[in-house]
Amino acid sequence: MNKIFPTAADALADLTDGATVMIGGFGLCGVPEDLIAATVAKGARNLHTISNNMGIDGVGLGLMLEAGMIASHIGSYVGENKLLEEMVIAGRLDLTLTPQGTLAERIRAGGAGIPAFFTPAGAGTIVAEGKEVREFKGRSYVMEEGLTADFALIKAWRADRMGNLVYRRTARNFNPVMATASRCTIAEVEEIVEPGELDPDSIVTPGIFVHRVVRWTGYNKRIERRTVRGGGK
Amino acid sequence: MDAREIIARRAARELQDGFYVNLGIGIPTLVANYVPEGMEVILQSENGMLGVGPYPEAGTEDPDLINAGKETVTEIPGTVYFSSADSFAMIRGGHVNLSILGALQVDRNGDLANWMVPGKMIKGMGGAMDLVASARRVIVAMEHATKSGAPKILEACTLPLTGSRVVDTIITELAVIRVTPQGLVLEELGPDATVDQVRQLTGTELIVNEPVRRMF
Repeated sequence: MNKIFPTAADALADLTDGATVMIGGFGLCGVPEDLIAATVAKGARNLHTISNNMGIDGVGLGLMLEAGMIASHIGSYVGENKLLEEMVIAGRLDLTLTPQGTLAERIRAGGAGIPAFFTPAGAGTIVAEGKEVREFKGRSYVMEEGLTADFALIKAWRADRMGNLVYRRTARNFNPVMATASRCTIAEVEEIVEPGELDPDSIVTPGIFVHRVVRWTGYNKRIERRTVRGGGK
Repeated sequence: MDAREIIARRAARELQDGFYVNLGIGIPTLVANYVPEGMEVILQSENGMLGVGPYPEAGTEDPDLINAGKETVTEIPGTVYFSSADSFAMIRGGHVNLSILGALQVDRNGDLANWMVPGKMIKGMGGAMDLVASARRVIVAMEHATKSGAPKILEACTLPLTGSRVVDTIITELAVIRVTPQGLVLEELGPDATVDQVRQLTGTELIVNEPVRRMF
């Protein structure tokens, strides 16, 4: 078993127009930079993206947006991206905003074979409009559907050739759940080690969820808000 | 003390030793600066971290280590990282003792609006709806009125809601107000505030049992 692909472009060879693609990351943290760049270079069209954010102008998922390859997007916060707003207002992109925990759980459920669930988040708000709302023990809950994707482009820290993954600090975020919810999960990692080198008790994503692994070393890892002690930014 | 410091200091008095707490962006983040000496409070950040430490020393920032406001932070001994799904299981499952967040509007039912202004830039709710839906206790920490002096505490929110009947307590630079089935109760006054001033800057009726004690 060897899931390692030589380049991101090789790993994305069968990504076709109209695919549904999950992309890991929270803001610009834990984003698969090389897989995003390779997707842009490939020039796939009409992608349906699922990702917590939309990068920022010119960085991360913002690059796919600028390339005009995104037809629809499901996310929880897109406040850093002006172009997205223009495209939504012009009717060129179908945006669905969903509470962040609901997004995470929809992906978790999708990956776990659960088609729908009820959550208290969004009950009594516009998020619940058009959805089934049910009472359990006197409280209102909104039905939300599980999400799956054709591809998940995720970022981990270390992998072995079997696709076992560990993450680093808060760069974990949505990556492990997205790994579970896709027909083809491609993990971009900083280091590849031999099977057995990752502590079996500490592996976060078991390799069964991961189909392809690519290594990338040219990380930009841009910081969105640099804050330091003493009040400096 | 400026308004933000008053609010953060007073909100910090709601903390208890051993609490797991989620702090929102803005004034709520400042609450971490006023945790009483000797009290251990663990900060939860919804992007997947328990045990948020102070901002890093300049030059030691780690792009893989940020809080939910996307600011660089540090870890403390005992910090743990987890996925977004686990993070919101903590939040939705009621395991987080206290959630302190900002607001655009709060009303007498405890309805909260803090994510969207129609006609303004599209941003999204992030984790706010999950945080208020089932945290064990939700405190709103905000300036009492808008910059132009318009009330933010209202009879009924006019902005799209983040959550319905979710707020327990409102802490401002002028007052501590508790949301009760009978209505909003003025429990404390800020350092220089008067009951008349609070009433004037509040857009709904307040229940006042004189004399009202001071915050500090």
